[in-house]
Amino acid sequence: MKVLAVDTSTVIATCAVMEEEKMLGEYSLDQKMSHSENLVPMIKEVLDSLKLKVSDIDLFAVAIGPGSFTGLRIGIATIKALAHVYNKPVVGVSTLEALAFNLSFNGLIVPIIDARRDRVYTGIYKWEEGILKNIMEPTVMEIDSLLDILIKEEDPIMMNGNGIFLHRQHIKDKLGDKVYFAKNIHNSCRALSVAELALQKKDKIEGTNYYNLVPEYLRESQAQRELKKKESEAQ
Amino acid sequence: MSKDIITLAIETSCDETSVAVMKNGREILSNIISSQIDIHRKFGGVVPEVASRKHIENINIIIQEALDEANITFNDIDIVGVTQGPGLVGALLVGISSAKAIAYALNKPLVGVNHIEGHICANYIEYKDLKPPFICLVVSGGHTYLVYVKDYAEYELYGRTRDDAAGEAFDKVARALGLPYPGGPVIDKLSKEGNAAAIDFPRVYLEQDSYDFSFSGLKTAVLNYLNERRQKGEEIVVEDVAASFQQAVIEVLVDKSIRLAKEKATDKIAIAGGVAANEGLRSLMEKRGKEENIQILYPSKILCTDNAAMIGSAAYFNYMKGNISGLDLSVAPNLELV
Ligand SMILES: [Zn+2]
Repeated sequence: MKVLAVDTSTVIATCAVMEEEKMLGEYSLDQKMSHSENLVPMIKEVLDSLKLKVSDIDLFAVAIGPGSFTGLRIGIATIKALAHVYNKPVVGVSTLEALAFNLSFNGLIVPIIDARRDRVYTGIYKWEEGILKNIMEPTVMEIDSLLDILIKEEDPIMMNGNGIFLHRQHIKDKLGDKVYFAKNIHNSCRALSVAELALQKKDKIEGTNYYNLVPEYLRESQAQRELKKKESEAQ
Repeated sequence: MSKDIITLAIETSCDETSVAVMKNGREILSNIISSQIDIHRKFGGVVPEVASRKHIENINIIIQEALDEANITFNDIDIVGVTQGPGLVGALLVGISSAKAIAYALNKPLVGVNHIEGHICANYIEYKDLKPPFICLVVSGGHTYLVYVKDYAEYELYGRTRDDAAGEAFDKVARALGLPYPGGPVIDKLSKEGNAAAIDFPRVYLEQDSYDFSFSGLKTAVLNYLNERRQKGEEIVVEDVAASFQQAVIEVLVDKSIRLAKEKATDKIAIAGGVAANEGLRSLMEKRGKEENIQILYPSKILCTDNAAMIGSAAYFNYMKGNISGLDLSVAPNLELV
């Protein structure tokens, strides 16, 4: 079974092809504001190099967030359309879970993605008997609120994701010796992680298809939030 | 007889998710339009992030509906057309991403289309024998353009709005009158019951030779009129305000269109875009057209709204001229017609 995976949740655009446990190819670019221009040509480049066609892919996978709203929609619209043309299954994978999946670490794994204004998208993960368990559901919060939670944990902590670039020193100051930061190569979103997770999840995704797969924004749009506030004030 | 060209077209530039299947640029096999208007009404206008979220929820469902209604499969598609701009960037990106992926998966040409050009091409769908050259007045909530259609997919831009689009002025005046969004259809309806000569709102023609438009001064005049009346505690006849405002807009639109038709010596004026559904505009244009021996064309109401059939038509005529896009086609929220 061949899986094509993409992740455009952050500034990295990444796509990969995997066959069962084996990587066939991966292509990642860190280039601001160009997912829409790059993504399909990148997929084409990888598949062409592997002498594969879209019709050779059995499973389509995509990181569904959290992350950049627009970035998520580019990746998801692309993958849904590819799957639709050949009527193939799609799997959505949490961007945070895929980031955590990059790391082999005996302790808490805490990916953080910048959500602007000192907020981060984050979740807590832990490997238990070869399975990546979710300890704290993906959410969006102030970096300090997250650190308040982590400071109480006894386990060592490893963090990755693009939030590291912004908050590294602050985290180190607060958590001290029990926090580790991932190596640079394990810091970014990788489509291979999305692909491998998708292969693990493919039998448990009943009900998900290329019609109904949508981003996991974790936040309502600003207009929705304001409208709700207005409505609750009016009551 | 050459082979029929089947186009799959996607339009997501604003608050309509639309997918169409077209045969040879003029024949609609399907034209599915999923409007979000009820969602945006509670915000008093289109919210870009809300629109984009709706598009990604809908897009593949609408694509399948369009294929089913046209009774074809992906394998029957020859070209994929998509709106490249102008429009809301996040909304456009959903359609462009889908279109690129489909074009690539099928190994068929992708054609990025200008949304304004799409509105113009709606007339090719309505009038099977319509051939350039002709004048086209494109009027909608976002756009006001006066265009000379020189040939298929070839345009000369003569006039545009310097501030508000015509449809935008309708929305703003409607809001000031306490009328629901979108304002155009409501004002058009009320105008029929009002006296268009009741209030002398300004007609803004700009410089003598100019084909440009300006509606913000008119909008301000209406707001001032309403404020004054309210302050003095005088009655406001909503129908009269609506009719007088509408008359001030459409007189200028019609005058400039007729003048350009004469300058270019063409005997056809087409109207396009959401405001082309305005009955006041249609009837004044027809009256003046009759006087000047100019044929007035406008698409049926469904083709005046944002729809993918018009994008499919524009994609076809561009494809026939060799205008094909790469898979790196970028979104162009401020795309110009020429
Ligand atoms: Zn439009």
